[in-house]
Amino acid sequence: MKRNTRSLALAGFAFVLVVVLSLSAVVPSTRAQEGSILEQVRSRGVLNCGVNGELPGFGALDPDTQQMLGFDADFCRALAAAIFGEVTDSNINFVQLTAQERFTAVQTRQVDVLFRNATWSLQRDTELGLDFGPTTFYDGQALMVSADLGVASIDDLDGASICVLRGTTTELNITEAMRSRGLTFEPVYFDQPSETIGALEGGRCDALTSDRSQLAGLRTSTADPGAYVILEDTISKEPLTPAYIQGDAQWADVVNWTVYATIQAEEFGITSENIDDFLTSEDESIQRFLGQGENPSGTLLGLENDFVVDVIRAVGNYGEIFARNLGPDTPLALDRGLNELWTNGGLIYAPAWR
Amino acid sequence: MAQPQSTGLKQSAPASVPFWRDIRFIQIFLQVAFLISVIGLGYLLIHNLLVNLERSGLMINFSVLNRPFGAEIAEGQADFDPASTSNLRALLVGLQNTLRVVGIGLVGATVLGVLAGIGQLSTNWLLRTTTNAYTELFRNTPLLVQLYFIYRGLRGTMPDRIADSYQLPGPIYINRRAVNFPLIQTTDTAWIFFGLAALGLVLGIGLWIWRLRVQERTGQPANTLRWFTPAFLLLAALGWIAAGGPFTVENPQLERFNFVGGDRLSAEYITLTIGLILYTAAFIADIVRAGIQAVPHGQIEAARAQGFTSSQTLRLIVLPQALRLIIPPLGNQYLNLAKNSSLGIAIGFFDIYSVANVISNQTGQSVAVFVVMMGIYLSMSLVISAVMNLVNYSMRLRSR
Repeated sequence: MKRNTRSLALAGFAFVLVVVLSLSAVVPSTRAQEGSILEQVRSRGVLNCGVNGELPGFGALDPDTQQMLGFDADFCRALAAAIFGEVTDSNINFVQLTAQERFTAVQTRQVDVLFRNATWSLQRDTELGLDFGPTTFYDGQALMVSADLGVASIDDLDGASICVLRGTTTELNITEAMRSRGLTFEPVYFDQPSETIGALEGGRCDALTSDRSQLAGLRTSTADPGAYVILEDTISKEPLTPAYIQGDAQWADVVNWTVYATIQAEEFGITSENIDDFLTSEDESIQRFLGQGENPSGTLLGLENDFVVDVIRAVGNYGEIFARNLGPDTPLALDRGLNELWTNGGLIYAPAWR
Repeated sequence: MAQPQSTGLKQSAPASVPFWRDIRFIQIFLQVAFLISVIGLGYLLIHNLLVNLERSGLMINFSVLNRPFGAEIAEGQADFDPASTSNLRALLVGLQNTLRVVGIGLVGATVLGVLAGIGQLSTNWLLRTTTNAYTELFRNTPLLVQLYFIYRGLRGTMPDRIADSYQLPGPIYINRRAVNFPLIQTTDTAWIFFGLAALGLVLGIGLWIWRLRVQERTGQPANTLRWFTPAFLLLAALGWIAAGGPFTVENPQLERFNFVGGDRLSAEYITLTIGLILYTAAFIADIVRAGIQAVPHGQIEAARAQGFTSSQTLRLIVLPQALRLIIPPLGNQYLNLAKNSSLGIAIGFFDIYSVANVISNQTGQSVAVFVVMMGIYLSMSLVISAVMNLVNYSMRLRSR
């Protein structure tokens, strides 16, 4: 009798399960009803920002403070400041992603935005369900070799073993670059930047290919950075650009104009140090930029009108972010190059702020 | 779950049992309900996947498999052209690399595993302790850790520069990147050699059978090898001379960065193969030991009482019975080895999983690519299972 009751209970349970499942199959998952990512981030109180985590200069954990430091990480902070008015430990969540995970993380909304030295390409823009914002760093693919190898250019690398990061545009570029020059090479694929630099140090490959800035960053993590040289040849265009999910226009605007704010601030000469002096500026365009007068600025984006002030207070202007993470005073010691303001002959340019 | 023989319901008056308490109804209902819930769950998952993919603009698109692969391959085909080879073809190149590892791995793991398993039962203290230590160490540490250890460890034991590679007669060069060895290729006239050698083999076997018959008839010793060997060698030598040297040897030559020419096994291939063999053999060793120990001791005593020598006992009494116990779990280990080969991605081995990763990253079509890859892995596993089932069937206890 007892056994029978149990079967009955089981049968009942199974029946309920079936009903629930068939109902839920009819109802599409709830994500369709969710609003803009901006609202979600606000109600969540945390910005999920995808970063590299392994790349000094762009996104790497500081071994002492356990803070995420780097050029990309600072743009994450700028965005958090734009949304929440300030950056605290609790309102920004850095999600470390590998080259392979990064776009899936955006597609599945694991991260709200991706600042992870990702190259903006036609195929990614169209087929991955992503949109790209303003390029934050204009880069190109280069090769790094041991200084004592006596290699002066890519043409000397015939027959070499070259370490490549898997799942990136680099593996395609190096193949085309070598083939078009009639050179052969043995690719050695790894998933992590630290693996590739380890393999170069360990003698598994003769050269390491990646974005020039990334090579400079990885070089700082070797035992003897002076032992490696980055070749002059640039074999590709690598515009490193933030990415977010396709089809959320408001969120796209928020990300884009936060980046533009740092650029425009540099153009105006507004820094995190002197911003208080500018708050009372008579210049109408600066007043409008900082959201001080009656003119709408941040409100057009669904943010506080003076969100630019919060952004600059938190991370400074574009030039400050660059200098702090990549500039001459850092181990990477990169020149501004193409990443100079347009007024100084570079490509960094913000649209009209009005 | 209810079982018919354990219920007392049948004894009570049938009319008083409502149908929902009838054991037969409950049993059928439960099975149908379970089936529906499984199908429903599967439908739900696939439906949600498709809906979500469509909303993100990421509809599954198998045609990306026909696009050019675009990246250079690390090993496999020498004449691989990234610009004209489709993603699907690249997957097959990856599969070849996987099969090279799995094929050698299965043989190596079996040989090492059986030897270690017998070693564990040895009366020799040193042998027994060594094999025990080996199985305990490799069974109880993760394969991934072992692979990293072997990969980095082997690299550390090698000379810094390729020019200082260890040289073995052959010439074989061993360095951090690969083992380079001469490539032996057949010439156009090699068929003459192979033809005559095959003829020699046939002749030799014919002589072998003839000698056995002579032995049966006359009682003379057969001396089969004394007839077989000269016949075979003579014809093979004739073929070699007639073909004018059927093989060419291409030695590896050191160029600026690497050895060029000859054949090579990459460090990643060697690491993965050794790692899989060592790891799987440790499990096989225990299976073999357990199988042998499971043969009742009385069998051995009976064999001794019948006057069997100890090698006869092992060969005719113990092993045939032990094999029956060994083969089913052995098949599981073979499957594990085949599937574990995908861990090669951690050390940069260019197997099918690695190729699939490249494709899914370049195209964003992870669902399509992984469906194809799962299909390939599944086929590989099913083939191994089928072979092992066949072996198991042929080893079954026959009742006469």
